[in-house]
Amino acid sequence: MPEINIRDALQMGHHEALESDPNVLILGEDIGAYGGAYSVTAGLLDEFGPDRVRDTPISEAAFVGAGIGAAVGGLKPIVEYMNLNFALLAFDQMINIGASLQYMSGGQVSVPIVYRAPTGGGIQLAATHSRSYENWLAAVPGMKVVAPSTPADALGLLRSALSDPNPVLMVEHVLMYQRKGMVPDDHFTVPIGKADIRRPGSDVTIVSYHHAMITAMDVADKLAARDVSAEVIDLRTLRPLDMPMVIASVEKTNRVLLLEENYKTGGIMGEIAAQIQEQAFDYLDGPIARVGAEDVPHPYNRGLEQSMLPSADKALAALSAAYGI
Amino acid sequence: MAVTEVVMPSMGADMVEGAIARWIKIEGDEISRGDILAEVETDKAVVEMEAYGNGILRKVIIGEGVTVPVGQIIAIIADADEDLPDVDAPAAETLAEPESAPVPVAAETAPEPVAAPAAPAGRIKASPVAKKIAAENGIDLASLTGTGPGGRIVKADVEAAVAGKGTPAPAADASAAAPVAPSAPPAALLTEDIPLSGMRKAIARTVIRSKADQPDFWVTVNVEMTAALEARKQFNRSMADIGVRVSVNDMILKAVALSIEKHPKWNMSYTDEKLVAHPNINVGVAIALDQGLMVPAILGCQGKSLRDIAIASKDLGARARSGGLTQEEMTGGTFSVSNLGMFGINEFSAIIFPPQPGILAIGASTPTPVVKDGELAIGNIMKMTLSVDHRVNDGAEGAVFINEIKGFLENPLSMVL
Amino acid sequence: MQAEAIDTSSKTELLNLYQQMYLIREFEERAGEMYTRGLIRGFLHLYSGQEAVAVGAISNLEDRDYVVTHYRDHGHALARGMDPKTAMAELFGKATGSSKGKGGSMHLFQASRNFFGGHAIVGGHLPLAAGLALAAQYKKTGGVALCFLGDGSVNEGEFHETMNLAAVWKLPMVFFLENNLYGMGTAVGRVHARGGDFDMAGAPYGLDCTVVDGMDVLAVREATKVALEKARSGAGPAYIEAKTFRFHGHSVADPVKYRTREEEQEWRTKDPISHLGDQLLQLDLTTEQELLEIRESQDEVIREAVKFAQESPEPTDEDLFTDVYA
Repeated sequence: MPEINIRDALQMGHHEALESDPNVLILGEDIGAYGGAYSVTAGLLDEFGPDRVRDTPISEAAFVGAGIGAAVGGLKPIVEYMNLNFALLAFDQMINIGASLQYMSGGQVSVPIVYRAPTGGGIQLAATHSRSYENWLAAVPGMKVVAPSTPADALGLLRSALSDPNPVLMVEHVLMYQRKGMVPDDHFTVPIGKADIRRPGSDVTIVSYHHAMITAMDVADKLAARDVSAEVIDLRTLRPLDMPMVIASVEKTNRVLLLEENYKTGGIMGEIAAQIQEQAFDYLDGPIARVGAEDVPHPYNRGLEQSMLPSADKALAALSAAYGI
Repeated sequence: MAVTEVVMPSMGADMVEGAIARWIKIEGDEISRGDILAEVETDKAVVEMEAYGNGILRKVIIGEGVTVPVGQIIAIIADADEDLPDVDAPAAETLAEPESAPVPVAAETAPEPVAAPAAPAGRIKASPVAKKIAAENGIDLASLTGTGPGGRIVKADVEAAVAGKGTPAPAADASAAAPVAPSAPPAALLTEDIPLSGMRKAIARTVIRSKADQPDFWVTVNVEMTAALEARKQFNRSMADIGVRVSVNDMILKAVALSIEKHPKWNMSYTDEKLVAHPNINVGVAIALDQGLMVPAILGCQGKSLRDIAIASKDLGARARSGGLTQEEMTGGTFSVSNLGMFGINEFSAIIFPPQPGILAIGASTPTPVVKDGELAIGNIMKMTLSVDHRVNDGAEGAVFINEIKGFLENPLSMVL
Repeated sequence: MQAEAIDTSSKTELLNLYQQMYLIREFEERAGEMYTRGLIRGFLHLYSGQEAVAVGAISNLEDRDYVVTHYRDHGHALARGMDPKTAMAELFGKATGSSKGKGGSMHLFQASRNFFGGHAIVGGHLPLAAGLALAAQYKKTGGVALCFLGDGSVNEGEFHETMNLAAVWKLPMVFFLENNLYGMGTAVGRVHARGGDFDMAGAPYGLDCTVVDGMDVLAVREATKVALEKARSGAGPAYIEAKTFRFHGHSVADPVKYRTREEEQEWRTKDPISHLGDQLLQLDLTTEQELLEIRESQDEVIREAVKFAQESPEPTDEDLFTDVYA
């Protein structure tokens, strides 16, 4: 298969799901006639019809909850949020019902639903459209959360999400839909809960995910120019976390940089830092370095927004402060 | 028609006690299920209490304004000709939670002493992995110069030292290099008064009543615990597969129960008419909770093996902390044990939990020179002090009883035979 | 419903309604008692007084239909056929409870009877019911989702969002509003712009709206039957409002300061159970003796349920970690 981008990969995943399983349907705002705010579902309405590709009213709680009900009732819904920031209007549905019904019913039902949501800053949409809330949902037992950064992972994780009996949220960074990559031809899947070493190295471990992976790879290049060998891990799944891979790498390199687009305060990397010191304290050669967004709402102004987001320079400064490298 | 015991109702999961604000019905009134019997005052509100049985309100046990724990019988509904169970109005204070002496728990559950923090001044800054490698290779961190940020000794510094030296020298004791720990900053003084909690009030009432009504005296003995400590290890090895662990405190509880069986007056309580016999040996265990002290009892110890007591005391402690004790456990003790050994207390005397006839106060088991077979040896001496209600037992009886307990502890196999 | 309008041909069915309502009443009264004894913890919301709604409405349902309800849910669960033993054990938090002690009073659940809960966030369960209706519609099962909601839901966003969505998609769904006049301690009219009557609350979304006496089980049954037929036919969702009254406070801890004793007494005279009993006696369909026997048999069922719950084991620490993920 030639190189394709993340949007193509997701479109392919939706198409094959609708084609292969009559119980799959897609719900969301403007996913049908409009083709999806980021065109992931373009063309699907014409091919599969309005029963299966359902435009919804702008009623996040209602259509997300209806998706959950449909999942409990035996269907396999994919619910697309136009933006993860709008999911705040349906957190009650996702958390109190979607992620809790199985436990609260003593295991009588599961909720096999897939939520998808564009997210992320960097395109000057200001605070209401730019925040990354995936860490909030990754804090909820009963949820699974994935965040692909390559076309192959997007397709492979979507396939895994569709065959998972639990609620799975896939977050898609708005700046990455056009990101290209090779995708295997065979019907591969990417398991939920497995991180990936994007670049092996021996001197420092960089843990990241999503759009911050681009920065992480950039940092690794810059370190290589100084003869520092960085190992870059793409988490890919935020719940459940692949801590064994992270710990093994830290035990090898003794140094670690945690890099995310989210706020440092309360971000997923705070949890990873805690687990590293719990499980690999004696392997650390200095404090855990951590870089995230500054603790302010996303500003509209381009310069300000870039300043609040993480960058390679901030990451290098953090490494220097922690390890002198 | 059955007799319906009306209990202080739980009006919320957080309610532990309540007061009768007003009895709507009075003794002799005819009651139908659903009738409002009384108004109950909780810490949040005054709530009406319904009847759950039909009949006559035969007896009001708890009067207006009196606070009692949830679950306490406060009245009885029955047919006019029904014989009533023998429920007297207990003085409200004894019903409220706990009482006398301080804390318990098995001695070996005492927290490990926390090492004094190293003094910041002379602290050697080294990364965790650098410390680990240095320790593995006998490198003295104090001899190294750190090249990491802020002069931290990092992995590379230690590796260079390992590569540069031949045979490892014995490691210096890093802590010896550190100066004396600074004294702790003064604890912040409390500047505001603390209102009394219900539990604090109940403890105060109980200890005052004990001291006012129970003329007490104390007898103390040394117990040589070496055999008991050894036996405990064996018990625990033999019970490892069933997951039961016996504590020293459990052994003391067992010794107390066995001693009471031999000297049943220690299971009686004083009233002005008679010494009241209790059908079961319920040994109370003083438990320190954050809110205060409580002394719930292990019920029916006379039938319990050491293993049963170990299981029961663990369960009792867990439920005391989670609020899951029954009324009988909270108030039904017939004799109690209080243990401060884990706090390093050598000996103390405890206040009796009325109306019990006594309480046994346990100190720490301490290595002490003893004379054994004419030779000086190191023994493990534990002091225990029996507080005695003189209205029930006299001095000689106290001496016999405490020596009985000592005998069981010094010959621990006698407790399991 | 007037006595002369009652179809007397199905005596057994009528007595069955009486029996079910009484079963729920006894279950609730005993549960309340067990709460005051500390054997049931958490929140306990009793359904006493509202029995005619759950029993009348659910008596129309087929196996393929769904029931979703609010947190005052014991009546609906029992009317849908949940075993009183497993229901009571759930209130006790026991391993034998309908949800293994993990849900409790507010979250009864029995998927095998298409009873999809007890939900404790006001209005939060309406979208779930719409989703079940969507599944039924999509799979063409002919099933309908019957969704009970409390008066408090009317002021939640989900109420409006879900009615609109259900109407747009013509989902086979019946919204059944149980208006017991008070949202916790607030009289509903005090917090709704159009007062305390929600008779036309479905109208803005084009739903057929029906008002029925929530203390009259036969009237409830009839009104629900019509609504269900409409929803099942593919004509879209329907809406019913029933005024009813909870005889007890919002929960057991409620001092009930916000309504008068006179109001409570007046509603107690409309007790749905004795009302039906009186009608059946008036029509000579039963005798005092027969009704007494029914009540005593149900007392025994509940005694057994309490005994079962009391004697059942607690869940173990291993159970803590099961059922989080499938």
